Amino acid sequence: MMFQLDQLSIRRQGADILHEINLCIEQGEKVALLGPSGAGKSTLLEALRRQQSLQSAWCPQQGALVPMLSVFHNIYMGALDRHSALYNLANLIRPMKAQWQQVGQLADELGIADKLRTSVDRLSGGQAQRTALGRALFSCRDILLADEPVSSLDENQGEALLRLALSRHHTTVTALHDRELALHCCDRIIGLKDGRIIIDSPCQDLRLQDLNELYRRR
Amino acid sequence: MNTTATRLRHTTLILTAFGLLAFFFADISVTTRDPGIELAKIGHGFLTPDFLATEKLWQALGYTLSFALQGVAVGITGGFLLALLWRWRLVRTASAVLRAIHELFWGLLFLQVFGLSTLTGLLAIAVPYCGIFAKVFGEFLEESDRAPARALPAGSDGFSSFWFARLPLVWQHMKTYGAYRVECAVRSSAILGFIGLPTIGFHLETAFRQGAYSTGAALLYLFLLVILSLRLWLRPVLLPLWLFATLLWQPPQASVTSGRLIRFLSEDIVPAPLRQADWQWSELADWLLNLLHEQILPGLGQTLILGMAALLVTGILALLMFPLISSQFGHRLSRGAGHSLLVLLRTLPEFLLAFVFVLVLGPSMLPGILALALHTGAIVAHLCGRFTDTLSLRVDAPGGLNRYAFEVLPRIYPNFLAFLLYRWEIIMRETAILGVLGITTLGFYIDSAFSELRVDRALVLIGAGVMLNLAVDAISRGLRQRLRLQHGLTDQS
Repeated sequence: MMFQLDQLSIRRQGADILHEINLCIEQGEKVALLGPSGAGKSTLLEALRRQQSLQSAWCPQQGALVPMLSVFHNIYMGALDRHSALYNLANLIRPMKAQWQQVGQLADELGIADKLRTSVDRLSGGQAQRTALGRALFSCRDILLADEPVSSLDENQGEALLRLALSRHHTTVTALHDRELALHCCDRIIGLKDGRIIIDSPCQDLRLQDLNELYRRR
Repeated sequence: MNTTATRLRHTTLILTAFGLLAFFFADISVTTRDPGIELAKIGHGFLTPDFLATEKLWQALGYTLSFALQGVAVGITGGFLLALLWRWRLVRTASAVLRAIHELFWGLLFLQVFGLSTLTGLLAIAVPYCGIFAKVFGEFLEESDRAPARALPAGSDGFSSFWFARLPLVWQHMKTYGAYRVECAVRSSAILGFIGLPTIGFHLETAFRQGAYSTGAALLYLFLLVILSLRLWLRPVLLPLWLFATLLWQPPQASVTSGRLIRFLSEDIVPAPLRQADWQWSELADWLLNLLHEQILPGLGQTLILGMAALLVTGILALLMFPLISSQFGHRLSRGAGHSLLVLLRTLPEFLLAFVFVLVLGPSMLPGILALALHTGAIVAHLCGRFTDTLSLRVDAPGGLNRYAFEVLPRIYPNFLAFLLYRWEIIMRETAILGVLGITTLGFYIDSAFSELRVDRALVLIGAGVMLNLAVDAISRGLRQRLRLQHGLTDQS
């Protein structure tokens, strides 16, 4: 058992964000979180992270990157906890060869090898997103918790990148807005609406139309 | 590397190189025979303050407050009027010159005409503050939204549209800035005591110079108490009342005869060679060259060296101190302690700190650098720390040194540089007046010229100081524009 939530409710500023969530995620599952914006996907991911903070690679939407630092440094930051602070500081001032190669290899797989020396504030939205995913992958954890990691990429690139990210972790929970992508790449779908789980089933039991219910207005 | 951080790094390297070069040339020796003993005596004084030793203490406090309040009242009025004409280059230049000359030098200048009088105290604050208010208010008006004024019905007269659609937009900013400046004015007013005006600084200097450290410490505590409690009793609504009270108690006046004024204008400020009936241009040139060679160049050089060295240490101290108050680091207790330290350093004027350090270390550049860097470093650290509170880092952001170096420092660095460059001009202004304490910056020569009653020389030297300040201001502005730095917060402690 990787994650277990019992009757989790979260209220912020008087509004229900999550309402009596019951959830159980086993090792090896690839879960997609679907739901309209404001449904509570990000909050649910945060709650999951708190259960396995040391094992989880984290790829949030907001504040994920440091804009004025290079792609190398932003990816390297995934590994800060693996080294001493002084070693990290030395790499901040001047990247070491070994680290440069490792990060470079990952950047190559992500398709941003040529941007390694460029700061994130000079990248396109898609390139920045690849960098953010790179930081998560470079942390080399068992679990991936990602919030819309490929939303700025086109369908084909997004799917390739998502598959790459999923293949590097034994258990993943990914918030997505693209229903087809979720059905293709994941094996379980959790649908959230107004802070409640209204769909939770394996992908093979679901068709695209079944997911429309999530986005229908009342 | 093609990163934004690289550009910031280059600017930092250049400034650091100049700072280190300055240290190479700076005289940072300790010239007192036994600084430890003096320090111990001063420390003992601070542990045993004597609040009853100073005679006329309440009067000194009264003078300090009246100069400050009256000076700000006149300065804010003049500054407001100048701000209305801010699009004229002449007004902008004039107010730049007014604020480039420190209160202390204005005080020395007015002393020559109005003697030791309440008018001198008022003008010494009012004139430079007028220049400062003009700039700040002018920029407020410039940056404010013009849409409301444009949306008024065609044919509305300019006077009405100003009061209805321009002023209300900046009124709150002006009030906040004015309140901040009152606090600055109390500090300036206290410092005026060092040139003989009867404010609290006068008694402070006397006590410390005589080695009566318990008396001096009591005065310093009192001074801190006044400034820190200012917000409690100097309420905006009560301000007119306080102002009226000070006017009633000490109306600005001076017993000046018209002869003295005429003598000042027609004789004292005229360069010495020109006072003879049959003067020659060559004599004036010799006089100027002589002055340039013996006083202006050494004075400017020393001012620049001290200022650049102080800027370097200021930057380092600010980067070390801002985590003390930042909500990204530490816990409530550590932040409380950090706030207390920064408030203390920000409240004590750099001139006062320098004065005490000179007593301990002797009049080399060391006390000046220390005083400027501690005071300004605390201000920059405070602004940076407050800025870090607005950052929202990701929940899995690292802690400790990693958090500082990777997450926080890169994000605040543009703001840090903007704050620092913005303070550079102020550091240079303050560096010049440290000369009054015997450190051989430009102010040393200005002070000497005044005490030798050579007002003509003093004026030329002050002019050189103005040039230096305008140049530093221009360089700082250029750097900030090149790096597209926005400090985002106004210049308020």
